[in-house]
Amino acid sequence: MLSNRWLAIGKEPVAGIRLTLTLFSFLLPIAVWALVSYVPWIWHPLVRVSTPGDVAWFKPGLLVERAVFAAENAKAIAAGVHAAEGAPANPVFLPAPHEVAKAFYSAFQTKPVLRGDLWLHESLWLSIKTILWGFTLSSLIGLPVGVICGAYPPIARLTEPVIDFVRYMPAPAFGALAVAVLGIFEAPKVAIIVIGTFFQQVLVIANTVRRHDPALIEAAQTLGANRRQLLLRVIVPSCLVDLYNDQRILLGWAWTYLIVAEVVGVSSGITFFINQQAKYRNFENVYAAIIMIGIIGLMTDQGLAFLGRRLFPWQLRPPSRLGRILRWLVPEKVVEA
Amino acid sequence: MSDFIQSTDYLKQAPAVAERFRRLKERPVALQIDRLGREFAGKGTPVTALKNISLKIHRRELVCVIGPSGCGKSTLIRIIAGLDNPTSGRMLVDGKVTSGPCPERGMVFQGYTLFPWLTVKRNIMFGLEMGGMSPTDAEGKALEWLKLVGLTRFEDSYPSQLSGGMKQRVAIARALAPNPRVLLMDEPFGALDAQTRAQMQEHLLEIWRNVDVTIFFITHDLDEAIYLADRIIVLKANPGEVQEVIEVPVPRPRRTDQFNSLEFLATRHRLEELIHPRADIPMEKLPIVRLTPVGDDVE
Repeated sequence: MLSNRWLAIGKEPVAGIRLTLTLFSFLLPIAVWALVSYVPWIWHPLVRVSTPGDVAWFKPGLLVERAVFAAENAKAIAAGVHAAEGAPANPVFLPAPHEVAKAFYSAFQTKPVLRGDLWLHESLWLSIKTILWGFTLSSLIGLPVGVICGAYPPIARLTEPVIDFVRYMPAPAFGALAVAVLGIFEAPKVAIIVIGTFFQQVLVIANTVRRHDPALIEAAQTLGANRRQLLLRVIVPSCLVDLYNDQRILLGWAWTYLIVAEVVGVSSGITFFINQQAKYRNFENVYAAIIMIGIIGLMTDQGLAFLGRRLFPWQLRPPSRLGRILRWLVPEKVVEA
Repeated sequence: MSDFIQSTDYLKQAPAVAERFRRLKERPVALQIDRLGREFAGKGTPVTALKNISLKIHRRELVCVIGPSGCGKSTLIRIIAGLDNPTSGRMLVDGKVTSGPCPERGMVFQGYTLFPWLTVKRNIMFGLEMGGMSPTDAEGKALEWLKLVGLTRFEDSYPSQLSGGMKQRVAIARALAPNPRVLLMDEPFGALDAQTRAQMQEHLLEIWRNVDVTIFFITHDLDEAIYLADRIIVLKANPGEVQEVIEVPVPRPRRTDQFNSLEFLATRHRLEELIHPRADIPMEKLPIVRLTPVGDDVE
């Protein structure tokens, strides 16, 4: 009976179970991570030396491979001297959950290594600003162009083939060019995000607008709407919810361009912080920074979803995010033959 | 009984009904269709959807169009609405040749086509605002219409919160608000359940009594056509042509108990003859295939 309830196709579980499942979606990966970190016989390929004994090159705190540790101890016992002691350990690039959790606080306290470098919160803010600028600039042009392409097929035929062509060029490939034209500081980074977002945006928005309900257009025509009114008072509002959700997905897309954008020219923002901390082998700070990007992204998206439900009260149920992403990944034929 | 009904005598109009038709025909012509034709370019030979359709519909007349599927009913109403262009012939509203969509020919679609992002009130205001009316005036007029269709309570609801019948009432109010000369209705109650449909038919007649509008109504429901119409235009398919125009002898005001009146049944019989010519194979000759064994108590 129970399995029937859980495995029924297309049946949403009740609210309480939904929340539990959402929590578990985060808790399960953390549990796996905790298991690997805290249970000594799971993985732990290294040994952290606590007492070197009489092994000449061992020092307290040194990480050695388990086989090497055993071999050295075997040699020491055979020679009749003190064997070394140590505990199983994981490589330094896999810090335990509590270390990363601590780093969420301590990373903000970590002093910049060089004078003039940025603190973590400054780096984060710089990254967020880069994203916002890039996404806003892209949307300022991409949204209207996309809407017009979707509404007027001749314009789509004129613009979309070349846009389709350009979007296959990876945005980071424009890095050197962007630096040459725009200098080494913030401008080329924003440019990379614009290039990475804009072309996808035009096609996605145009595709959404193209799926408007023609019956609504006809109804508006019989009510006396002219061409401008059809575009602004029927087509755009009828697609508004979908356009908003497209923008949410595209914003996530912009975030994925952040890291490559930030290594263009002078490395900056959260990427600079991550690279710097990796160089000094502060991997817990690296993980903390990466997770922070995830949290900022998720919170922005959920905030926008919440705002969307307030902005568009006429929709009974917001579309499922998974469905939107699937539709996005498998777009309908852009221009029909 | 069947002998009675087979006679078409009852299509003869009572003096009061005949008098009404005489006065109706004296009214000015609101909508005239003149030798209208529509061909669709198909593979090879073009398909003739409508051929040589000529109609005169008088002011405040309620005309129903019925016909078998594929007779071009929908094409005809779309051409009148200006959503499709005829390949020949012309159309006159109040004596003036027109084409293209225009609020003087309002339309109610089977699929409601309300704007889901607008409240009920704003849906009705839409056509008024397109016509250049100020939002305040439009709102006032929309509220009057809401009262007329009995949806005042739902002025701030969204279409998704309404039942099918309520949606269609909003759609009627929306189409009528800009004061059209002709109201075109394309199987407007086809998607409703039988009970709601009956209510809506009654409701439409009630609205029509209060509004100076000519109604051109497409349906495939014979009873609906007889209950509503002054005249019924019967189309035939391949190509779509006017087969017959019936002046409905059922007196007005129409009531649901007239469904069993002799005039009503005679009209219905005539329509059935036109639309479903009597089948050559009697029902008894149809083979009955039983897929599961049934007991003796099953006929």
